[in-house]
Amino acid sequence: MGKTIIPIGPYHPLQEEPEFFTLTVEGETVVDIDMRMGYNHRGIEKLSEMKTFENSTFVVERICGICSTSHPFAYTRAVEDIFPMEVSMRAKYIRTIIAEGERIHSHLLWLGLAGHFLGYNTVYMWAWKLREEILDVMEILSGNRQAYAMFKPGGVRRDIRSEDIPICLKKIDSIVPTLVMLKKAVLDDPVLHARLKGVGIMSYQEAIDFSALGPTSRASGVARDVRKDSPYGAYQEMEWDMIVTKNGDVFDKAVVRILESFESIKILKYCLNNLPDGEIDAKIMDVPPGEGIGHIEAPRGETFHYVKSDGTNRPLRHKVRAPTFMNLPTYKATIQGETISDATIILAAIDPCYCCTERIAVKDGKGRMLYNGKDLIQLSREKTEKIKKRMGGR
Amino acid sequence: MSLKLKALLKSPWVFHLSTGSCNNCDIETLDCLTPRFDIERFGMLLVGSIKHADVLLVSGSCNRMSVERMKALFEQVPKPCLVVAIGTCAGSRGIFKDSYNCPVPLDKIIPVDVYIPGCPPKPEAIIAGAVKLIEKVGGTL
Repeated sequence: MGKTIIPIGPYHPLQEEPEFFTLTVEGETVVDIDMRMGYNHRGIEKLSEMKTFENSTFVVERICGICSTSHPFAYTRAVEDIFPMEVSMRAKYIRTIIAEGERIHSHLLWLGLAGHFLGYNTVYMWAWKLREEILDVMEILSGNRQAYAMFKPGGVRRDIRSEDIPICLKKIDSIVPTLVMLKKAVLDDPVLHARLKGVGIMSYQEAIDFSALGPTSRASGVARDVRKDSPYGAYQEMEWDMIVTKNGDVFDKAVVRILESFESIKILKYCLNNLPDGEIDAKIMDVPPGEGIGHIEAPRGETFHYVKSDGTNRPLRHKVRAPTFMNLPTYKATIQGETISDATIILAAIDPCYCCTERIAVKDGKGRMLYNGKDLIQLSREKTEKIKKRMGGR
Repeated sequence: MSLKLKALLKSPWVFHLSTGSCNNCDIETLDCLTPRFDIERFGMLLVGSIKHADVLLVSGSCNRMSVERMKALFEQVPKPCLVVAIGTCAGSRGIFKDSYNCPVPLDKIIPVDVYIPGCPPKPEAIIAGAVKLIEKVGGTL
């Protein structure tokens, strides 16, 4: 049987971000996948180098709307890593609260979209309705539903008022019964079992080989979580469990995300109940020369930022590595051999975030061509040849 | 008002186009469809194909890769078509105006009818923008 190529995208109803997939199929079976990106590239790293250390926080927040806490969190940790400094405990708690609120809303968002892809629009509506409550809490705490602008190097920008805490706790408590119901509806549904179990399996070894991160790897049995492995914020202050499952299929990825939401609620409630007093901002005056790294566990996995300072008020270099960058290649392991009808949910199962990922785009003068690794090596060799000739070398 | 436009305003079908946005505006747009905001009561529906669309909802800062695809898509929309720019990026490029990959603002590429500012605009603002769009072209709700 001949091979057929199915193009998907870049503008397609499946996901709200533009990206282009080519699925190579033999009959019903997907044998290969390739993807082309660059539709989301905005040059954030370069923009960040044009702004001051404090203003860059707002730029990195716009890397991705769903991870609008993770990137500033990792970035501020990278700046704080350049020179020895201490962030106050209250600021750490507030950061943890915002990060966990984001994790709950991100996981609910994924659950809703996954339901939508499967034709379970009820799950979509329920999950997003539930998500609104969390967004309300975030709005009370930070003033915005998304893009919270709470972070700054050295602390947080806004304090949490003590009179808001009981309202937030009440709202968080009110979503737990609905979340339990949603969990039962998803995990005990025989149709979803038939649809998701054994689909898009990534084995433990493949997760290690591809360096998968976050819930994608934890569903395959890799117990890897920055919050446990290298604690930051206030995560070492309280008891919580890392959710790890064994099978590595789409169903387990859903299980990990749903159960993680409960752990996040636990952390959120602990932090709100035990918020210590103190300053919220260390008031950094200037950043000495040096380099720093910051990594945190975003809803999708480990987000990594590298900042280099030359002693001025701007970063000399700012590098971002988002979790989806590591998770995207796992498609090669998960999608091959599955049917086209399962391709949608497998592509969605890693909770891809393309605007986080697109940090590099190589183009010619007209802004058209996109080079791949091989072309880049070729170009590099040609340049060396040219220079050799110019210098009259051997 | 032409009959076509009048018929269109009864239930404007929306196609959502992200031209390098950060997801925020896209998620808030999807949020409008969910139970709390429920924009479907105005007859608005998100459609999967550009050929079914009456309203083009554009978010994002129009990067170089997207501009050409956007022009191609705009040619395919059945006319008359109304264009809504969601978010600060689509309106004026906002924080990305100095970026090397976001050369021109959206309204220099295709004609825009309504701007909804905000980073991201709240779903309430998006609904208000939709109402303004309908009023602007002479319809009533």
